[in-house]
Amino acid sequence: MPGPPALPLRRFVVTVIMAAIAASAVAAEIPRAERRSGYDLMGRETRAIQDNDTANPGMLFVLDGESLWKKKTGAVGQACADCHGDASQTMKGVAARYPAFDAREGRPIDLEQRINRCRVDRQQAPALAWESRDLLALTAYVARQSRGLPIDVTIDARTQPFLDAGRAAFHRGQGQINLSCSQCHDDLWGRKLAGSVIPQAHPTGYPIYRLEWQSLGSLQRRLRNCLIGTRAEAYEFGAPELVDLELYLMWRAQGMKLESPGVRP
Amino acid sequence: MASALINVPERARRGEIIEIKTLVSHPMETGYRRTQLGATIPRDIIRSFVCTYNGAEIFRAELHPAIAANPFITFTTVATESGTLTFQWTGDNGFSVTQSATITVG
Repeated sequence: MPGPPALPLRRFVVTVIMAAIAASAVAAEIPRAERRSGYDLMGRETRAIQDNDTANPGMLFVLDGESLWKKKTGAVGQACADCHGDASQTMKGVAARYPAFDAREGRPIDLEQRINRCRVDRQQAPALAWESRDLLALTAYVARQSRGLPIDVTIDARTQPFLDAGRAAFHRGQGQINLSCSQCHDDLWGRKLAGSVIPQAHPTGYPIYRLEWQSLGSLQRRLRNCLIGTRAEAYEFGAPELVDLELYLMWRAQGMKLESPGVRP
Repeated sequence: MASALINVPERARRGEIIEIKTLVSHPMETGYRRTQLGATIPRDIIRSFVCTYNGAEIFRAELHPAIAANPFITFTTVATESGTLTFQWTGDNGFSVTQSATITVG
């Protein structure tokens, strides 16, 4: 029997190898022991800014947040503190648990949405705009109370579908260059994208003071940034797709310690 | 609203060199940026920073458009006597922030 011609065989072998590379790229999740916060991957100088509360510009927002926490507002004329008291006690660990399931929405909501829910329902004040200084300040103040605590989102029958949706989004090729989050952050972390180290994408420091932004920003801002980088159309702030992704990222970083407000390059 | 963070050692030995760290909240808008519609965003920066130690000026800095938002300025001085360090930032649009810290020298 004549053997198969050489060229098609070679082509076949190449196809198999490429399929194997593609399969391994999809399969690779970061083992628990190898998980690293973006903090560990950044330079000494940037770490020094985060480490010192009088050098970390995120703390300016935390102090603003503390004033807002005590300020009476809305038609009811109540401050956050009037219900929640001393944030260092009552808000301890809260940021580590968000996004969390909200019965009225029937889906998980993130910390910013939770704060705005309180404002609208309890204080009867207008919701704060996404990425506004006041919302960032309040979020940073609440998140600061969880610094050093492990991320601990609740996954149960109610939140599982949203976690699955977030996981699917993380692994889905998006945008004009059909790049998934996983391709960079699971497979290529520690390597360089242009001059910058690719981190593992653990949301350990949000809201973060990003030196590139010259300001504090939310996780949703960061996610939209990445989507624009892949030349995908970014979801609007507050879009359920972004919250699903936030939930997946927090679950993926389960047990890692919060650093809020983090500083990133 | 909180606008500045100061880090001065509470106590020091006479003659000791102490490090002072200051962080102030400010956007430091350069004046060179434009909006998406092409309009210039007016300059809004801090122009000067002065530190006095019991009334005597010990450090002064001029700030310029290329300096990052929320400027972080650190410097050293010699602890000579107990008293008050006063920090003042002034800038465009009438921006002025003054804060002080006390130090015990013994």
